[in-house]
Amino acid sequence: MIVAEQKSLPDLKRMMKGKKKVLAVGCGTCVSVCFAGGQKETRGLAKALQTAAAVDGDELVVEEKTVQRQCVQEFIEPLADDLGEYDAVLSLGCGVGVQTMAERYPTTRVLPGLDTNFMGQPTEPGVWEERCVGCGNCVLEYTGGLCPITRCPKQLMNGPCGGAEDGMCEVDTSVPCIWTKIWNNSENLNLMDMLMEVQPPKDWSTSRGGGMRRTVVRDDLHQPFAIGKATTAEVEAAKAAEGSADDGVAATVAADPDASAREDAFLKDLGLA
Amino acid sequence: MSGQAQAKDDAPTAPRWKSGSNLERVLAEGHFAVTGELGPPKSMNTDLVRKKISQLKGFVDAANITDNQTGIVRLSSIGTGIILEQEGLEAVIQMTCRDRNRLAIQSDLMGANIHGIKNVLCLSGDHQSFGNHPGAKNVHDVDSMQLIRMVQEMRDLNKFQGGEEIKGGGPRMFIGTAASPFSSPIPMRPYRLAKKVAAGADFAQTQMVFDMDGFKEYMKKVVDLGLHEKIAILAGVGPLKSPPMARFLHEQIPGIIVPEENIKRIEDAGKGIDSDDKKALAEAYRAEGIKLCIEQIQEIREIEGVAGVHIMAILWEAAIEPIVKGAGLYPRPEPAPLDDDAAEDA
Ligand code: SF4
Repeated sequence: MIVAEQKSLPDLKRMMKGKKKVLAVGCGTCVSVCFAGGQKETRGLAKALQTAAAVDGDELVVEEKTVQRQCVQEFIEPLADDLGEYDAVLSLGCGVGVQTMAERYPTTRVLPGLDTNFMGQPTEPGVWEERCVGCGNCVLEYTGGLCPITRCPKQLMNGPCGGAEDGMCEVDTSVPCIWTKIWNNSENLNLMDMLMEVQPPKDWSTSRGGGMRRTVVRDDLHQPFAIGKATTAEVEAAKAAEGSADDGVAATVAADPDASAREDAFLKDLGLA
Repeated sequence: MSGQAQAKDDAPTAPRWKSGSNLERVLAEGHFAVTGELGPPKSMNTDLVRKKISQLKGFVDAANITDNQTGIVRLSSIGTGIILEQEGLEAVIQMTCRDRNRLAIQSDLMGANIHGIKNVLCLSGDHQSFGNHPGAKNVHDVDSMQLIRMVQEMRDLNKFQGGEEIKGGGPRMFIGTAASPFSSPIPMRPYRLAKKVAAGADFAQTQMVFDMDGFKEYMKKVVDLGLHEKIAILAGVGPLKSPPMARFLHEQIPGIIVPEENIKRIEDAGKGIDSDDKKALAEAYRAEGIKLCIEQIQEIREIEGVAGVHIMAILWEAAIEPIVKGAGLYPRPEPAPLDDDAAEDA
């Protein structure tokens, strides 16, 4: 999941300066699981900002709404009618959510309410840890399922540096040295031979070094109308080509504007439902 | 002498020397090698560099020049190394993966080599969070293992990491690596050295060794694996300056274990001296630190598989001379000069 934290109140107040009416938009997926931008947090933050403004003698109304998935255009569509009323949107989605909003509503000022931290997991109550940097070239095969690209501060690929002591990392002694963990489990997994092979320099072109990554995961699903960007004519043409009249998502969406049906259709389209 | 013999054994096309560096030749002739360390200043004060050079020259076969160590910006290791070469002290430039990607590393290695630098120590690098620019972005495009392999392929295969040929030949570097016998996971450490040998390292310098028993165990495993025949292992040593400094090394520096008895010995050296007489105390501690270091070198010399020592006298370059002399390692050998053939090969 994506892990994020709310920005500090001073930062948020600075962003609110000069605005009279703002819509805070939460997200019901990852950032709600890490208690940063779900419905509850969005409500709380809207109230806090309004109170803070009142204390400073500023006039500010912060209303709030939470969508199920801010990173998917389908789910922010219902906001279209109301946005004209607001001076700005404060998005409590992750960085993807903020940008989905900003690109769908280019004439609305969309501000980030969160700092998006990483892809990770909860490890104990109230603690989330990073597990994947999304380098696009997974090495977990060689490392017993533990990622040194993410979890070693030096991104070493061939074993630990000289800084590991008592199994902990020199850079943050509260965090285990991942290479010590990999080594200690290597016998169980029969990985020793693999660990002795010199891993060649990594191809980082699939990582951030290559700029924004655009991945078409499933060509069979990559149809322009599936994400509602195609014109009606294109949809009709595609349907005709497919020889099917009732099997596109766009059609389902058009036929049933109800939000939950839209979500079902979306998930079905991704092969998830 | 043994350089000539080596040349005969080698394939006819192979160059006589990997790098022709003084360190390579001292080791090839079977001498017990001595290297030292020179930290460049946080400025462009070359007088300081020259002063340190004068304290090391003649007492070590080559001196490591640190590369922004502990993540603190300093005069560049290559820039400083060029001064060393001009002054007749051989340089081992340290090269970290923290600050440079594979493009910069390869280009800098060639740049260093054309200025006469022939030794490189390949390191991952201290993390930037320890230094004076903690907000810096680190690079780590390649790791230290991949760096070793890259330098080795540039030298022996004349090819860039990307696969292209280096026209006219790659930089001829004697390739060093760090070894840390006392870091986690300890049982893995000899194997890690084996991997570095496989990657192409020619010599290793260890983290400072005080725990002789632990080091002997490590070396035994290294010898069992036959690594000492493939790589020259220089044991890291260093004089303890004072009890607080000894404790600091033990507690704060990963991979350094200073046994309590060593710390006590330095402490005891101050016994009977008026605690207000700071100067006399400091002198007593230092004298004992140098004495202990000399004894440790002598003990290390007896350990099978050790090819030399790497003396790290942190901010105390003046200690090098008495240590080297006291350990009976002075004068330093002068290996047979590179003849014209060798120079051409190189
Ligand atoms: S101690 Fe371990 S995790 Fe930390 S930087 Fe070194 S190898 Fe990486």
